[in-house]
Amino acid sequence: MKIVYYVNQFFGQIGGEEKAGTPPQYVDKAVGPAGGFQTLIKDEAQVVGTIICGDNYFNEHKEVALKEILAMVKDSGADLFVAGPAFNAGRYGMACAQVSAAVQKELEIPALTGMYEENPGLEEARSEAYVIKTGDSAGTMRKALPLMAALGLKLLKKVAPGLPSEDGYFAQGRRVTVFSDKRGSVRAVEMLLKRLAEEPFVTELPMPVFDNVPPAQAIADLSKATIALVTSGGIVPLGNPDRIQSASAQKWGKYDISGKKALKGDFYTIHGGYDPVYANAYADRVAPLDVLYELKEEGIIGDVYPYFYTTTGTGTSVASSVAFGKEIGKELKEAGVSGVLLTST
Amino acid sequence: MKLEHGHIYIKDIVLGDKTQVEGGVLTVDAQALIAHLKEDNKVKNVKVDLARPGEEIRIIPVKDVIEPRVKVIGEGNGFPGVTSKIAQMGEGKVHILSGVAIVTIGDIVGFQEGVIDMWGEGAKWTPFSKTLNIVVDIEPVEGLDPHVHERTVRFAGLRAAEFIGFAGKDVEPDEVLVYEIGTQVEETAKYPDLPRVAYVEMLISQGLLHDGYIYGVNSQQILPTLLHPNEELDNAVISGNCVAACDKITTYQHQNNAVILDLYKEHGKTINFIGVILTPELTTLEGKFRTCDYTAKLCVNLGADAVIISEEGYGNPDSDLVMICKRCEQKGIKTVLITDECSGWDGMSQPLTDMAEEAVAVISTGNVSHVVELTAAKKVLGVAEAIYTLAGGWEGCIAEDGSMKCELNAVIGSTSEIGYHNCTVELY
Repeated sequence: MKIVYYVNQFFGQIGGEEKAGTPPQYVDKAVGPAGGFQTLIKDEAQVVGTIICGDNYFNEHKEVALKEILAMVKDSGADLFVAGPAFNAGRYGMACAQVSAAVQKELEIPALTGMYEENPGLEEARSEAYVIKTGDSAGTMRKALPLMAALGLKLLKKVAPGLPSEDGYFAQGRRVTVFSDKRGSVRAVEMLLKRLAEEPFVTELPMPVFDNVPPAQAIADLSKATIALVTSGGIVPLGNPDRIQSASAQKWGKYDISGKKALKGDFYTIHGGYDPVYANAYADRVAPLDVLYELKEEGIIGDVYPYFYTTTGTGTSVASSVAFGKEIGKELKEAGVSGVLLTST
Repeated sequence: MKLEHGHIYIKDIVLGDKTQVEGGVLTVDAQALIAHLKEDNKVKNVKVDLARPGEEIRIIPVKDVIEPRVKVIGEGNGFPGVTSKIAQMGEGKVHILSGVAIVTIGDIVGFQEGVIDMWGEGAKWTPFSKTLNIVVDIEPVEGLDPHVHERTVRFAGLRAAEFIGFAGKDVEPDEVLVYEIGTQVEETAKYPDLPRVAYVEMLISQGLLHDGYIYGVNSQQILPTLLHPNEELDNAVISGNCVAACDKITTYQHQNNAVILDLYKEHGKTINFIGVILTPELTTLEGKFRTCDYTAKLCVNLGADAVIISEEGYGNPDSDLVMICKRCEQKGIKTVLITDECSGWDGMSQPLTDMAEEAVAVISTGNVSHVVELTAAKKVLGVAEAIYTLAGGWEGCIAEDGSMKCELNAVIGSTSEIGYHNCTVELY
């Protein structure tokens, strides 16, 4: 099995800061830390090449550099990509992180790097590639490389990595459902007793961090505005032609409502999270096309956008919701829609 | 209150001419059970099947799971306020056909009923693969209003549990477990130095197919209310839910509420278990503020030092969960929360829809969107294709060979937020 390694000009033994502008070059042997890595993995795999790139070159010509490096990795036929470790070096960290993430994402070759927890590159890489925790300086190379080699071998052999704490990498943010040896209620009582005794305990679900969406500018003249109707209430045409899921939606639907004065009769709900009876009787109770149409007739709004967008909100992951919102928002923006009536249930 | 659970451990179930227990084997007279359920003129047809642990049987779509029991000492057999006249529950003696469950299936009104696999991979994900299941397939008469349809099926399940439970009336239990907690004054006098712990159990209360019932009262119509733990262990609380199968609290799980049972084990040793507060999860903002304020107030007035708060469902009730947490913590009451997560198929999404920085101690019972692959069943009780419209399934999730992919969403009890099952989440 083949490994391709990535290092900067310094670890690639080209030179110091004065060589930081060097473009990427491929050397068909293990250079610098790649040599140490090779020693640790013995003959289980071969470091077939080392890509050396100046830190300034990478950070100043990111797109070009990435393209060049990805081509080198692809040509090498590598089964594993390893970068760094970058410790707390910012520019080197950004390069290791972005190259690792791109190799993993675009070439689907397992990618591994290492850095210190405060390295700005960490957030660029951790959700895609594996990032081993290292100390803040190259003095900790002896500790970092064995961890990288051990995890690298697992990735090569397609052995599922252990927990971040076991294999020494930064959590990627993947929440994996597993079995505990105790049922949930027992774990809850034990955690409560620890809290009461003021003993340390570890929460199983650290609170998520929320983003904030700034509100759009107010619409100055509603009478000239085209308003679109969007819902997460699972209102779909009878028969659910696009098979949108009743919970944990994986897609959204777009339906022509031009010329319609109401959804009633042609639409119903497939949403699994509320009493469907009243929405099925009158779908406008969830997505009020009827009232929107009246507002148009009265001249209060300019027009109703002729397509209606819908999905199911219940159990749908925030990541999916954000993706749906961006896709739908893009279409509406491009269509010149001024405002959206967005209903939830 | 003192309640005795007399467990009659059932080793096997068979069909026969008479419903009875002999030598640990429960015989079910299916014809008599069917005739009993059809006394309700809204029930058109009933089928009865058995499913034992290890058998390659898939049960779908499951509405509710209920434990068959009979009250032998004290008032209130059955489900008072629902299937029998109202009575004060929580005292006396109950005989339980332990290890047996009534599983109701039938024509679907909503989208959120579930799957039980009795063998293999699927069996690992549901606690109800370990019970001897009497599967009751209920078909109501045509033309019923959806709300009446739902009530008919729910009542039929409860009545089936009563009917089967009666077989244990004159059988000597194998083990008797005693649940006894006195008044607040008595317990505080006995354990003056133990921390006072309450349990807040949130109940979905959101309309048809989404309600829990307490003594027959729809929880949608209540302010948070205080129960003695024994009442819930004695049939006072039932499920009216067809919310996502993974975390709805089935009637069986109310009857055997895991948090109550595990707090009971600590009562008098490390804690003074002062009661259960049932809290409705309302959909309006005003409703959420009212019930969350009221719940925290009850905890304060009870002098609670700590509470366990369990959610039912996900999405908007996440707000109630963290709002109650925040209010309690701000009053100096330590909390532990139990919830599941909606982290998406890849587990990379934000797990909750609301948060509070006070929520520092949380038990996660799994990601409802975790996808499982279930091999083809030799026998399906119910309708396999129901999975296409269930929460957690999708069109085409059954392969040609009969194997099936679905989210835990569709698997009954898999991510039980009262901690009835053993799923959790690790961060990778």
